[in-house]
Amino acid sequence: MGGGTAIWANAGSALIPKGEEVDPVRFIRFLAVVLILILIVAAGLFAIAWRGEIEPVAAVDPSSFNEDLVAQGAQLAAVGNCIACHTVPGQPAFAGGLAIPTPFGTIYSTNITPDPESGIGNWSEEAFQRAMREGVDRQGRYLYPAFPYDHFTLVTDEDNRALYAFLMTREPVRSTPPQNDLPFPFNMRMILAGWNLLFLDKGPFQPDTAQSEEWNRGAYLAEGLGHCGACHTPRNRFGAVDSDRHFAGGEAEGWQAYAINATSPAPIPWDADSLAFYLRNGWHEWHGVSRGPMAEVTGNLGLLPDRDIAAIATYVASVMGEPDQTRRERAEQLKAEISQGQTAVQAAPATDTQAGDAQHPGAAIYASACAGCHNGSKPLPFGGLRFSLSTAVNAPNPQNIVNVVLFGLPPSDGEASAVMPAFANVLDDQQMADLLAYMRERYSEAPAWEDVADLVARTRSGQYKVAVRPADGIERGPENVGASGGAEDAED
Amino acid sequence: MAISLNVNGETHEIDVDPATPLLYVLRNDLELNAAKFGCGLGQCGACTVVVDGEAVLSCVTPVSLMEGREITTVEGLGTIEEPGPLQAAFMEMQAAQCGYCIPGMMMSAHVLLRKNAEPSDREIRDALMTNLCRCGTHMRILAAIRRAGELMQQASAPTERRAG
Ligand code: FES
Ligand code: FES
Repeated sequence: MGGGTAIWANAGSALIPKGEEVDPVRFIRFLAVVLILILIVAAGLFAIAWRGEIEPVAAVDPSSFNEDLVAQGAQLAAVGNCIACHTVPGQPAFAGGLAIPTPFGTIYSTNITPDPESGIGNWSEEAFQRAMREGVDRQGRYLYPAFPYDHFTLVTDEDNRALYAFLMTREPVRSTPPQNDLPFPFNMRMILAGWNLLFLDKGPFQPDTAQSEEWNRGAYLAEGLGHCGACHTPRNRFGAVDSDRHFAGGEAEGWQAYAINATSPAPIPWDADSLAFYLRNGWHEWHGVSRGPMAEVTGNLGLLPDRDIAAIATYVASVMGEPDQTRRERAEQLKAEISQGQTAVQAAPATDTQAGDAQHPGAAIYASACAGCHNGSKPLPFGGLRFSLSTAVNAPNPQNIVNVVLFGLPPSDGEASAVMPAFANVLDDQQMADLLAYMRERYSEAPAWEDVADLVARTRSGQYKVAVRPADGIERGPENVGASGGAEDAED
Repeated sequence: MAISLNVNGETHEIDVDPATPLLYVLRNDLELNAAKFGCGLGQCGACTVVVDGEAVLSCVTPVSLMEGREITTVEGLGTIEEPGPLQAAFMEMQAAQCGYCIPGMMMSAHVLLRKNAEPSDREIRDALMTNLCRCGTHMRILAAIRRAGELMQQASAPTERRAG
């Protein structure tokens, strides 16, 4: 039951004085009273927050939408990365049904094609605007914040109009997603009225007049439709974005979404230029390739004009701020080492291991499994990143490096992409831990990770779920969803 | 370091630098030349062999970790006189052009067919995702793998023979 259980457990222990005998009957009665009070409050909230149904509309004629508006909507849908959650790999784009695991249970994404029965075909623009702004569907039901309406609330009416035009001109697909799998009380949508009261800051976006127009454009895209913070900001136990720790790092689909504020663990600090290059191309020579859920983000951002990419980069770089002297010096040193090709921390490939390495059980594994690419001469994106530059190796949590070593980066279907072999069938849990310990020791100044073998075991077994997909591509898994009417249509 | 390697059912004692990839030992020390060196970077699949029933890229597999594990190469699938079902099917369907990718293709297919003798084309494509063919005989390779599946079912004989 995730957060809910923890809350109850904490409440119970805090209310019972330490060392006192607890009468179980009294305690249960006490709990019942608390529960009833909560239900009353929730019902009250529900009454206040009740949203009515918006009348269904008859089939909307796709040719009634202005072409430019649809094209603008395509770009905005790319910023929102809508296709990623609203598509099952290999199935038609935007038809929903993708399982989204949350700490509270599994939520299935909805069909947002214009099919009138299973999709949003009978939604008026008003209903669409309301869903984006308030997180309520046409019938008036609260949507779960797995749909990031807490970000989308910032989107302007004009942009929502364009998005609506784009979605209503997609191919309608008849497909009803599975029922959500959420235990009580999370299956009660009315609790979201309370959630909204606590955590939903309704838009629209308010520009910061002290900042440039470009910065404001970037903030609007990144905080609104782009919903960067949905993954890159940690969540509290109610599953709400913790705005006090803006961009301090979160997680998505089994991957760590690194901190993208002042605490960014990137060895060479990002700046607006490197961010723009990365967001545009899906890789950067000092940072590596985008992968995991970020691969879809950068794949989609390829549809955007340069000025929007530059705006997002400017905004995010300003949130990261200027790196301090130590980081700057370290970065200069790393850059110098890279341009020399060979370094003090990066010794040579294969059999040429460093003094003292012989003792480290990970050294021989590294030399034969990793060095060929990662200490080789092939440039990115198809060569391997030097690990002294790797955010994964320098990050506080080893999850991402565990994921790529276990599962690799599979090739993407019909497109050139960076690939990496999977080592799950070669390395056992302890060997993997040895290898990662060696890499951390040799390529990072950060302290050793703990319990890596255990993390590897849980990730390998699927107990900790990881979405595996190609680097930088819009497809999910080996099948290209764009081919079924998504991003490709968007180009015309 | 001294290490004993079990390849195609035979045990070999070798002395090797622990940082050596398995492929080099197979080809140079054991003279089993079926597995090919294509890229040496884990990107082409020409070096694919089977370790404990799973396909691995031997060019990036540390030999130091192979003690006690069962390694199978194309030499373990049959002999010239008595080709195994995969080998027979690849010949029957004339699936090789230059042939460089074929041993890797066969080993990935071997793993697939042992788990599923009647794979769909999609399943074959997914299983061979990491095997590249620069000659473009993909359609014949697909046909050969389907054929090998049939042969295996017909024979219900052991699917893996030991070399020598
Ligand atoms: S030689 Fe091993 S993958 Fe290319
Ligand atoms: S037959 Fe030549 S590479 Fe496949």
